[in-house]
Amino acid sequence: MSGAEVIIVGGGVTGLSAGWWLARSGVKVTVLDKYIVGWEASGRNGGGASHYASPLFDEEQRMWPQMDELLGYPTEHQKERIIVAMTERQWEQYRFVAERHTRLNHPVALLDTKQVLDMVPLASEKAYGGVHYKFGGHANPHRTVQAYAWALQDLGGTIIQHSPVTGFETAGGKATAVKTATATYGCDAVVVAAGPQIPQLMAHLGVDIPLAAARAEMIITEPAPMMPLTGVDGHKLYGRQTMRGNLAYGGGPHEWLDTEGDGPAARPSTPLARNLAKRLAELFPKAAHLNVIRSWAGVIENSPDGRPIIDRLTSPDNVVVASMSSVGFGLSPASGHAIRDLVIEGKCSFADIDILKLARFDGLEADWREKRGWMPLS
Amino acid sequence: MELNYTGTDLCAVNGTRSAPEMRYDVIVVGAGPSGIEAAIDAVKAGSSVLLVDENPVSGGLMGNDVPLYFGGRMTAATQQSERMLEAVFMSMPALESAMDAGVELQLGTTAWGVYRNGPGVASLPEQVVGLADSERSWLVGFERIVLATGARDLAIAFPGWNQPGVMGAAALQMLLTRYDAFSGRRMLVLGSHDLALETALLAHERGVEVAGLVEVRAAPQGAAELVAKVVAAGIAIHCGHVIASAKGGIDGVESATLATGETITCDTICVAIGLIPSIELVDAMHGPRALEPMRGGYVPAGEANVSAVGDCAGLADTGFDHIAYRMEWMQALSNVSADDTIICQCEEVTRADLIGVQPPHYLPRPPAMCARSLETLRQDGPANPDQIKRLTRAGMGVCQGRRCRDQVAMLLALESGVPFGTIPLATHRAPVRPLPLKILAEWDEPAAMDAAWDVWFGMPPAWVPHEDIGTRHEDAHRQMLYTGMYE
Repeated sequence: MSGAEVIIVGGGVTGLSAGWWLARSGVKVTVLDKYIVGWEASGRNGGGASHYASPLFDEEQRMWPQMDELLGYPTEHQKERIIVAMTERQWEQYRFVAERHTRLNHPVALLDTKQVLDMVPLASEKAYGGVHYKFGGHANPHRTVQAYAWALQDLGGTIIQHSPVTGFETAGGKATAVKTATATYGCDAVVVAAGPQIPQLMAHLGVDIPLAAARAEMIITEPAPMMPLTGVDGHKLYGRQTMRGNLAYGGGPHEWLDTEGDGPAARPSTPLARNLAKRLAELFPKAAHLNVIRSWAGVIENSPDGRPIIDRLTSPDNVVVASMSSVGFGLSPASGHAIRDLVIEGKCSFADIDILKLARFDGLEADWREKRGWMPLS
Repeated sequence: MELNYTGTDLCAVNGTRSAPEMRYDVIVVGAGPSGIEAAIDAVKAGSSVLLVDENPVSGGLMGNDVPLYFGGRMTAATQQSERMLEAVFMSMPALESAMDAGVELQLGTTAWGVYRNGPGVASLPEQVVGLADSERSWLVGFERIVLATGARDLAIAFPGWNQPGVMGAAALQMLLTRYDAFSGRRMLVLGSHDLALETALLAHERGVEVAGLVEVRAAPQGAAELVAKVVAAGIAIHCGHVIASAKGGIDGVESATLATGETITCDTICVAIGLIPSIELVDAMHGPRALEPMRGGYVPAGEANVSAVGDCAGLADTGFDHIAYRMEWMQALSNVSADDTIICQCEEVTRADLIGVQPPHYLPRPPAMCARSLETLRQDGPANPDQIKRLTRAGMGVCQGRRCRDQVAMLLALESGVPFGTIPLATHRAPVRPLPLKILAEWDEPAAMDAAWDVWFGMPPAWVPHEDIGTRHEDAHRQMLYTGMYE
């Protein structure tokens, strides 16, 4: 497919990674984004990269340590993670997950309270214990999305911002062009990786993609003294200490929203910041005096089973759709590879990703959102 | 895994939030003259009224230039919270009238966020303002909110500005008039519009030696009577000049050098170029706002139940274009700045790093990174301060961008060759004041919040390792992580 033109709809982390992988294979890539690259969930998440549940996990783990060098730009990737249990129940749950890792040959170690305190200087003496994942890690979402975008440009790809896609042209069972308000881009293949806007976009192609969007929130503190391992979370929080030292954490209840074709009208944070602050102060009591300096929210889409959809359609058969269902950032080095394979070869070369196919939702009840309680509040 | 869906998402926010502790018909944020007047008017009209003011803020916050640009020129008196509280009360006799009229007054209480349902959120039981004092935070409901948050100092970088002794005019006025806690003795003032002239006269009256004013334009900019008073006081106004650098030692500024080479001994350089209406709360609540160059910058556009009074609503319009004036200063100080002049003090972002969109120095800068710049970024679209912030960290520090957000926007306009008004306003986010985790925390949260709390969405299938799908392990995950749910 060298020399072919692929249009990627959505300049989030998944679309950008796909574009980068395609450009590495000599494909001419154009990424269209409604606003600025990485402006939605891709740039608003916890930066975690330890998605052991995914068939893309091995590739995620293989790729992340190489990404800075391959992209040519810093991503702030840091290895490993420690998950700290603050209640007996959490300790039971985290040990259960640790046992699964051991069975699956993912290297983990259980930490007692003293070991937690040695390895996590900000941690609480009330911690029940912790699990050290000697895999996975985290990166800086802001820096990573821009790194993909720049690396893609360095390989000859094009990024067109401030250009919401309004529709497609099709002929002979293929998508032949992607339209924006001001231009029409002819193409040999299309990747739709537009997060919560995927259902509206795919409706133009007569394809139903079951997704529901929700808002989630995070807080960040001023810098704390650097911990030896910065990928520390637990206590039902996710997050990281940034390389600057800030504690950036999220978790807790989400709010379902109506998806809109042109994206979220706003991404308001709420007083949930107080509940996040409570848990973070409990997890890191030695940091409880640190100032929270921002909170923010992002809007994320989920599929009916909470797992990603990565699939090449049967009609039009040159369209690949990718919704990462709220685990997109960490998996991005691998999801981009899988999308590249689907576009060029029709099949993922490095993993069996059939469980991510759209067909698993064939026959999905029309009221699947209502049944799950995933309806927006009016 | 067969999940039994019940029509309710047990991990959604629905119904988990706490109700506000108190409710008032009207909340007024800011107990300056306009806020007090609004509070008294409202209480006379029969409303229940809460008037809050963050002052006195803690010495720690003042040290971080929150909410004003204090520049480290506070005396130790600012560490004595009881004295400070008394000073606030004594400086505003109208506070007593407000209390007599029935206004509930809470000093030392900051309003750090306003929350209401609207685009992207429908889960709030009612609209609330988040308050905090030195002990805790809480929520208060309201029918109408009046923002009387005043205006904050505009800072612009020049070589040596990032040391104690460089400060803002509003901060200086507060230290002089309210707290009697200014530690400087000899001061140079940048600017010659009314703000600078009034500040110089006030300092002069209070026994601070004013070494002069520096004005980038050819003539003094303020009202003729103020200019006459300054001249009569024997204070020089150096027109058509610009400061080139500040030099200092361990206690901060010791002298200023003008671009002409003239050196002026001083321990304080007061940046009195402009004030910015304090619209943090309005912007963080996604309220409408508009750029009003004659009124000092972005001002609230007004809504039925959100109003702004005093400087927060915009400086008095005297026909003076504050934005044009600031941009001239920005250009002049930009000309005397060097690559290594710090723009963002919290994150130590230099001018070269900002214009080069380079990451902080603890990160590697491989060749591809070094080749990137604002110029290459602009080929993808117009400059956006939030994007620059993400890449350079400028504005990400503990002062919450108070010292650099305005000058970053001005610099982007200059470097892009576009009008200031085309640069988007960098986002303000709650908490709009730095708040310690232990203060912000809702320690007594509703049980429903904890019951709904999951690390991420609470979807059992999302956590099952793909190897376990379709095996006996699959339901074991659900049972362990989501006990009793979906059964």
